[in-house]
Formats: sequence, structure tokens, C-alpha cells
Amino acid sequence: MIAVEHLTKKYGDLVAVSDLSFKVEKGKIWGLLGPNAAGKTTTMRILTGFLPATEGKASVGNFDVFEQPNEAKKILGYLPEVLPLYPDMTVTEYLNFVADIKKIPALKRKESVAKAVKVAGLEQVKGRLIKNISRGFKQRVGIAQALVHDPLVLILDEPTIGLDPAQIIEIRSLIKSLKGEHTIILSTHILAEVTQTCDGVVIINEGRLMASGSLEELTASFHRKEGAVVKVRRDIQDAAAEIRKLDGVEKVNPEDGDLKVEWKPGLDLRDDIARLIVEKRFGLLEMRPLAMNIEDLYLKIVSGGAE
Amino acid sequence: MKNVWVIAKKELRAYFTSPIAYVVITVFLVLVGFFFYNIMLWFNAQAMQMAQNQYYYQQININQMVYQPLFNNISIILLLMLPLLTMRLFSEEKKIGTEELLYTSPISVNQIILGKFLASLAVLLAMLGLTACLSIFTFIYGNPEVASILIGYLGLFLLGAAFIAIGIFFSSLTENQIVSAILTFGALLLFWVLNWASSSAAGLWKGVLNYVSFLQHFDNMTQGILDTTDVVYYLSFAFFGLFLTHSVILSRRWR
Repeated sequence: MIAVEHLTKKYGDLVAVSDLSFKVEKGKIWGLLGPNAAGKTTTMRILTGFLPATEGKASVGNFDVFEQPNEAKKILGYLPEVLPLYPDMTVTEYLNFVADIKKIPALKRKESVAKAVKVAGLEQVKGRLIKNISRGFKQRVGIAQALVHDPLVLILDEPTIGLDPAQIIEIRSLIKSLKGEHTIILSTHILAEVTQTCDGVVIINEGRLMASGSLEELTASFHRKEGAVVKVRRDIQDAAAEIRKLDGVEKVNPEDGDLKVEWKPGLDLRDDIARLIVEKRFGLLEMRPLAMNIEDLYLKIVSGGAE
Repeated sequence: MKNVWVIAKKELRAYFTSPIAYVVITVFLVLVGFFFYNIMLWFNAQAMQMAQNQYYYQQININQMVYQPLFNNISIILLLMLPLLTMRLFSEEKKIGTEELLYTSPISVNQIILGKFLASLAVLLAMLGLTACLSIFTFIYGNPEVASILIGYLGLFLLGAAFIAIGIFFSSLTENQIVSAILTFGALLLFWVLNWASSSAAGLWKGVLNYVSFLQHFDNMTQGILDTTDVVYYLSFAFFGLFLTHSVILSRRWR
């Protein structure tokens, strides 16, 4: 549904996005994850036709955003990072205006606006001036604006920025509820957002693609070591020394009260480790597989550890 | 065309739901009324004196003695007021981030520019239309020539349209409304007085400076002379302003 191929964007000498490629399938939510200034907003602005690319292709639906910008823009809803709201309009006036510039036929306008108001939960503020409503409602108006013409593709730039935790949860569930009918890309620098709302992720840093794929795929591909994280009640150093003596153990690292145990691929030493700890009375509190979670992955990628 | 109207409607609402249009129109009318009152006082005194003499009595001409100075005064007031009307048109969109909404919608940059231009023209039309009330007095107490008044108004409208196009151009350059207004005002004033330099210029330059200056063309129309050269001048000036705006907006996005 959304495809980006070898996209490059330069501002003078500054390279904002460099040779970026990814694809999003219909009906999925994908996250564009990266630290600040990674090129997320630039990528989204190119996808929405706000900025032209220096090189490469981008398409939405079957429309190339450079060759057929008007067709692409018709099936595309965009929530920019800075909410594009007119403070002196009421919510309804604003949505009517957006419906008009998105070329919704006059007969269908009322219905479309009513639907957007309902989906975004704006009933109680629809008659108020935008400048007088709270930040959380403004964000909802921003989302309603992107939805009003029922686009196939939604591009949301930092949809939860500046909201309080309760509002963040609301907006996330709103976005999740849009899945299926709409194909969504959202950008964020917050990991939890991706793990909680997205099916897949594109991680970029300094304009370069660091990794992309579904969450499971990515976690699996970075999970090369086999081992377990063990928590014991007492004598952590002694326990480490004892575990090291077991056959097949490669590395034991005491870390924040946990023992990170790695063993040779193909083995499973969990039984042996458990038995050892129980026999020696270190007090087994917890044992879990040494899976690299998305946070480790993100930190590793962003700090340049990924190959 | 429908898209142009959508944008124009939005701008008109912005003008009339905020104090901008009311303040601009009111101040404009107060100033025009004041000038009109003074011109009429002067005209009365002048007419009284001239009536003493059979020869001068024939020379009394309300078009020449009232409308011509009035139109000149109105043009100066427009020069001061119209930049305040146009300063927000693109600067504000840029400042509050709504340009991203406009430029990612399936409407063209030309349609956006044209919509904004038409909205300002409508306000200008309202301003000029309301001054027509003043003519009630001249028609009650005298018999001015209608055609030359209309040509004068056409001149004001065309002049205003050119001012607005220049204002829109400067508005597209900056996100700061004050900067936009000052640049517009400076440019308009410069074009206004450009023909002053023509007295010391020679040859081709003399003609060019005279042609480019606003004043020369406007003088003709206040005298009730309708010359296509002048109409073409104003229209091309307006077109040029809008064309530059278009280039600025596209170049910003391509940079």
C-alpha cells in the first residue's frame, strides 16, 4: 500500500534521508522509529507530497506521489507534527473546510464530517473554537482532519506528542481501532508506542534505514545468543562462579542483580542451572530466556551496534 | 474553480470573524470621510468665489475639483491599509503550520493563491463600495459626470488589486506578518514615487521609470480617461505579483 524506494532527500549539503526503502502492506500499522532528527518527518513529508525527494520513488496506493500527486493526495490523510489547525474556526467549521479541500462532494460532506467527529470522539467540543479546546482535543481534531475523507492511507507524525499519559492511551487505542480499514504509518521516538500499537517497524537513524520488518522478525533476527537471565536471592557472585563451571556455559555476567548466562547454541542448560541453584541454596527467584527485547534492539541500532 | 471558491470563502471568514476586516474598513471609511468633508468645504468656498465671475463660473467642475483629489487621497489610504489586509495571507499559514494541510490536499498552489487574492479583492470591493455613499451628497447638490467617476473607481480597484498581489507576494516570503507588511509598504511606496527619478533620468530609462510607476497610470484614470495601456499595466502588475508568489511557494518546497 505504501512503498518507498531508494528515497534520498538533501537540504543543500545536509542529507536528511539517505537511500531509504520500505513497504507497508494494506491494513497494517507500521511505526517509523528513530531518535529526533533521524529523518522521520522528512520521510513523511515526502510521502504526503509536501516535499519533493532529491532521488528515489515513493508511492501511495498505486499512485506515485511525484507523478500523480493529486490522485495520491486524495487517498491520503496526514497528521503533521505541528497540528495544522485554524484557531479561529470551530471544530465543525474546520472539518467542513478540510472536507472541501479534500474534494468531498457537497452532498456527502455532512455525513463525512459527522463520522470523523464520532470516530475521533469530538462530539462535546464540535461547536467550540479550536483555540479554546484542550491540547488532547486539538490532537483529536488533527486526527479527525486526517480521517475526514476516509483515506486508504493515514500518515501520522508523532500522534501522541505532548499529551498526558491517559490521553496517550486514548489516542493509541483510537489509532489501533483504525487499523484494517486504513493502512497507517506513524512516526515516533518512543519505543512503547511501536510495541503497543504497531505490526511492524522501520527503524531509521541519521536518515539511514537501520532495520525494518515485523516486530517478531526483528526481535528474532537480533536474537543470536542463547541463554537465560537468572535471578537469585543471595550470594550472586558465588552463584556466578558455580554456573560458570557447568559444561557448555560460555559467559556469565552479573548485571543489576541478574545473572546473564549464555551457553553454546543448540544446548538448553536451564534444567542444569536450576538444579545447581537449588542444590547450593542460592534461592532461585526467577529465570527467563535471554531474548533481546525491542528496547535493546533499538538502543543497539541507534548507538550504531547493528551490522 | 470550486477549489478557488473554497479557499476564498475560508479567507473571507477569517477576515470577518476576526476584527481585521472591520477595523480596516472602519478606519478606511473614517479617513475617506474626513478627506471628503475637507475637500467639500474647500470646494464650496472655491465655488462661491468663482461664481462671482462669469468666466470662472463656467470652469467649476465637480469631477475635477472634488473627485480627482478624493481619488488621490483614497489611493494613498489604500497604500497604507492594504498591506495590513494581505500580510497574514501566507505568513500565518506558514507560522501556524496549516500550510502542510493546504499543500498536502488535492488542490493546486495556483488555486490557493487565486482564492486568497479573490478574498482580498472582495474586501477591497466592500471598502470602495461603501465610499460610494459619499456621492449621495454630490449628486444631491450638483451634477457630476457618472462615467468619469466610475472610471476613477475602476482605477482605484485596479490599483488596489496590484497592491494586493504585491502584498501576497511578500506574505509568501516570510512567516512574520509585520515583516510582510513592512516589505509590502516599502515596495508600494517605492513604485509610487518611482517616476520622481525620471526627471533626472534620460532616454530609455526615463520612459521605463515613468511606465513602471503607479502614479502616472493612476493620474489618467482619476481624470476619467480610460486608456487600455493603464488597465493592462495594472493587470500585468497583479499577474506578476501572483506569478512571483507561485514561484516562491514552489521554490521553497523544492529546496
